[in-house]
Amino acid sequence: MLGSLLLRFARPYRKLIITVLLVVTIQTVGNLYLPNLNAELINNGIVSGKLSKIISIGIEMLALTVGIGAIAATGVLYASKASMGIGKDLRAAIFEKVSAFSEDDIAEFSTAALITMNTNDVSQIQLFAQVALTMMIMAPIMAVGGVIMAMRENAKLSLVIAVVVPIMAAIVITMVRLAVPGFNQIQRKIDKLNLILREQITGVRVVRAFRKVPFEESRFNDANQSLAKTALYVNRIFAFSMPSLMLVLNGSTIAVVYFGSHLISSGSMPVGNLVAFITYITQIFFSVMMSVFVIVMMPRAISCADRISKVLAREAHVRNADTTLPLPLRANIALEGISFGYEGSEEPVINDLTLAIPFGKTTAVIGGTGSGKSTLVKLLVRSYDPTSGSISFSGQDIRDVELDELWSRIALTPQTSYLFKGSLRYNLTIGRVDATDEEIFNALEIAQAMSFVEGLEGGLDYQVDQGGTNFSGGQRQRLAIARALVSDREILIFDDCFSALDATTDRKLRSALRERVANKTVVLISQRISTIRDAHQIVVLEDGRLVGVGVHDDLVQSCEPYREIVASQESTEATL
Amino acid sequence: MMGMRGGAQNIGAHHTQKKIDTKAVVKKMARRFAPDKKRLLLAVSFGIASTIFAAVAPKLLGDAINVIFDGVVGSKMHNLVAACHGSKVCVEAVLKKSGNAQIASIVSAFPSIPKGIDFTNLYRLLTLTIGLYVANSFLSLGQSYVMAGVAQRATALLRRDVEEKLGRLPLSYFDSKSHGDTMSRVANDIDNISTVVQQGLSQLLTSILGIVVFLIVMIIISPFLALVAVITVPLALLSAKRIAKSSQGLFVSQWKHTGQINGHIEESYSGHQLIRAFGATERSKETFDQYNERLYQASYKAQFLSGIVQPMMQFFSNLNFVLIAVVGGYRAAQGAIAFGTVVAFTQYARQFTMPMTQIASQINLLQSGIASADRVFELLEAGEETPIPTSGALNKSLKGRIELRGVSFSYNKETPLIEDLNVVVEAGEQLAIVGPTGAGKTTLVNLLMRFYEIDSGEILIDGVPYSELGRDEVRTAYAMVLQDSWLFDGTIRENIAYGTDDKSSDIVEAAKSARADAFVRTLSHGYETAVTEMGTSLSAGQRQLLTIARAIVANPPILILDEATSNVDSRTEMLLQEAMATIRNGRTSFIIAHRLSTIRSANHIIVMREGRIVEYGNHESLLAANGYYKELYESQYA
Repeated sequence: MLGSLLLRFARPYRKLIITVLLVVTIQTVGNLYLPNLNAELINNGIVSGKLSKIISIGIEMLALTVGIGAIAATGVLYASKASMGIGKDLRAAIFEKVSAFSEDDIAEFSTAALITMNTNDVSQIQLFAQVALTMMIMAPIMAVGGVIMAMRENAKLSLVIAVVVPIMAAIVITMVRLAVPGFNQIQRKIDKLNLILREQITGVRVVRAFRKVPFEESRFNDANQSLAKTALYVNRIFAFSMPSLMLVLNGSTIAVVYFGSHLISSGSMPVGNLVAFITYITQIFFSVMMSVFVIVMMPRAISCADRISKVLAREAHVRNADTTLPLPLRANIALEGISFGYEGSEEPVINDLTLAIPFGKTTAVIGGTGSGKSTLVKLLVRSYDPTSGSISFSGQDIRDVELDELWSRIALTPQTSYLFKGSLRYNLTIGRVDATDEEIFNALEIAQAMSFVEGLEGGLDYQVDQGGTNFSGGQRQRLAIARALVSDREILIFDDCFSALDATTDRKLRSALRERVANKTVVLISQRISTIRDAHQIVVLEDGRLVGVGVHDDLVQSCEPYREIVASQESTEATL
Repeated sequence: MMGMRGGAQNIGAHHTQKKIDTKAVVKKMARRFAPDKKRLLLAVSFGIASTIFAAVAPKLLGDAINVIFDGVVGSKMHNLVAACHGSKVCVEAVLKKSGNAQIASIVSAFPSIPKGIDFTNLYRLLTLTIGLYVANSFLSLGQSYVMAGVAQRATALLRRDVEEKLGRLPLSYFDSKSHGDTMSRVANDIDNISTVVQQGLSQLLTSILGIVVFLIVMIIISPFLALVAVITVPLALLSAKRIAKSSQGLFVSQWKHTGQINGHIEESYSGHQLIRAFGATERSKETFDQYNERLYQASYKAQFLSGIVQPMMQFFSNLNFVLIAVVGGYRAAQGAIAFGTVVAFTQYARQFTMPMTQIASQINLLQSGIASADRVFELLEAGEETPIPTSGALNKSLKGRIELRGVSFSYNKETPLIEDLNVVVEAGEQLAIVGPTGAGKTTLVNLLMRFYEIDSGEILIDGVPYSELGRDEVRTAYAMVLQDSWLFDGTIRENIAYGTDDKSSDIVEAAKSARADAFVRTLSHGYETAVTEMGTSLSAGQRQLLTIARAIVANPPILILDEATSNVDSRTEMLLQEAMATIRNGRTSFIIAHRLSTIRSANHIIVMREGRIVEYGNHESLLAANGYYKELYESQYA
């Protein structure tokens, strides 16, 4: 997975990478040539006492190092650009992919894990790419060069290398095999830690109110200890790797001297070759050290790459069809025999529902908790697709329509009003970037939000905290409604978003809204009769089934569940 | 959830490069290792021993090669030695005469001319060498093994401290900071510190030891040449320091932007449905790309600077070599020094510069760790809630009488919100807070729950002032149901049980009272169903029912219901109202509701408008006052 992921994301940087490979090759060859000059300086300079020779070779050496240094710097620059570029593209790819996920895709991976992957996992991979780029080419060149040179010195003695290399390979492979499962766990445990942390931050009020700080700490500490344990295990495996490899390599040097001495004694090898042979063994040794440096980083990168590949390979549950058809304008929406159940729950939430939502009219949906109102909205905006049945716009099945086109027609105000960190203007124009201030103020006026927005320092430039925590629940809802109005779409869906409004605001808002939505399809989910009573059509849901459709007065006559709802709300009002 | 905060501070948008007090960060980091002093000392001892062995072994190996070399020289002169009847002086003289002055000088160093390779001596040396290598490997294994423990313990402790810190931070910290950035400090920065500590500390240690050992060896061989060898050291250090200084700034920016992008990611994934539905994916991606580009710029530059340390140090190493060769060669030519010494010295000088290169690289890597550590310490040092010890002044059997005496509060000084508020709620009474949306009703909850401290005045519970009580003591008196129904990653049972420490409390009974039992029973695993397993399938109303059950199980003398029933349909709400009426019985309760019908019978009603309390009384007195409450009331039921 790591290999294919890197290959895929390295493609845009292939020129850089080829340059790096070339440059590193030159650098390595230069580095291999340096010891020659070194020896020459000693033999022809120091030993024979020729100062001029020392100086001239010395200058040659320095010039070569400066050259190598400059080349190496270029290599590092390109390698950094390529590896960090790969990281950048990976982050963007994950972000884009997750942005296209449906809600159940996100739930399956868990938000916290997706966040971890998007930053932490990517850093592991880009760091690996960086190290691999500079070392992975250098090490084999040095090793192969070393082996060839060693064999030229003495073929028989090279058998030592033939014995040592498999031993080292065995050590390295064992190490990686042992470490990979550990690193898989590490990433999962970091996810868990992130999950707990995120819950603690978002739920800080509940945690404190119920005095659960110690409980949360112990929950966190369990995850923390478990992560530390695995990290320790993995690091201890690596603690074994370096000394054992060193021992093998040092042992091989001794073996070379031992066998060499016999070869020399029997006259089949000159003594000078032994010294040279040891130099090359050391060089091979050095290259192995470098590869170990890369290999140490590999298991974690592999496990991160696996996780990321899974996300990237995941086809969102709801996605564009291969060929998409245009979505008719000013469409009448028809739901035909739709059923839907969430994964893992036995009961369907929506059960064989057939419904017409006419264009330009207000359709209200009412029903008890768990009756499927919010699910209906999710099906309309294609957060999910129905398990059976179809939803169509003027006969056009929405599954054959481009998702972006569908969404460009709908302005949704969800149940929980989420605001983003950024200016108020940013938040309000999220559905239509080119909205003028006048249009924004107009929407705020209708949403009954003008009164408090006016008082804000900086007006539309006022900075919203994450989630909108510097606004009250009701303010958030009104801003969310204004946001939907600014976006100026032909279908407006209000998912129970008047609930945090007091009755006065609710009433004012609805009457202001009436003119604005004259030529729009409105789907209004609510639990309050007063909010929906004027709708052109009221849909009554019970346990995912349609139990009544009609206007208020008819339903009161004909629909028993509706009558119950009316009665329950009237009774609370009647006690006034 | 909180009331308005005029002119809220905008955090995280500043782009000015922060300067890090490196010394202070390193000191703080070092202090964290203090508890592991013994292990650290053990690792250092292992390190010293293994470095010494590593330095001695090549010397022995060299001796072994000399034995072979001598043997070869000896055996080549076999005939000559025989002719000279074994006399060394004779052999030397013959060699000199025949023009082999160099070989003659080698022979002169022999105690006696060997007949061939002295295998006994060779095996002895080789066995000794292998012994040293084995010892070296075990010692360095010991060092890494112990260091792994030290590093992981330090990291786990750091994470624990951050977690504990989060428990002491005031609510305003969480309200104002990007969640993703705080998460990044724990997930990414501490992870980075862990890597740096694990890799860096161990190598830094061995490298410093290596330098010391080889410096000593060089001084022993030739103090003069040793002086020459260290000439380049300050130069190298200076350059390394310069690079480290610039790379630190880049690492700071790298980790800052990692935090920022994590913040954006966290927020985008939280608001995922909305972003998609509004077709704002493109826009969110644009913001992401901006952060991503900044992160890329910082990281590749930081990587580049780190990467050039090695070639740079190699240059200094070669410079060093040439300097020694030139000066040493000159001195050797003058006869002041044996050229053998110069040759040996150049080899040691190489071994001396190798750890120097490593140190320079490690110091650079440390900059990344320091940048991360600074972000973690910044969090650890953020202003805390002033600790208030539990006093025990609160009676175990609390009645739940609350008195607000001259309470004033504001989120910031310019916009006063609550001024000189006086309210008495007797035990068992109800206080309702009403007012239009956004009037700051939740502010009062923040004060009652002591999420924020009041500026002046006093809140008393059963006559005991808050100021004499610990925060948790105050909170034992309350259970609350908030508008945002927060559940944690656990089973439904665990989530309801969250309200109490009492293991024996009846979860199912509480769920029944909260009308949650019916839907829980339809789930595949009932009460043992994990909340996250269900992901999005739990409706907002169902979630709220669970939070109500959680409050019921807590069984406190005082209840806070903050817009608690807004997501529940009216039929369910009616059932809930009944349940609430039952549990409210004999309990003091604070209710924030939008439907005035639900609070009509409350003993006290506080009417808020634009963050301030405008009226106070009960339903009748407020209607009679013909003020804002009446206006609200009439608009609702007109």
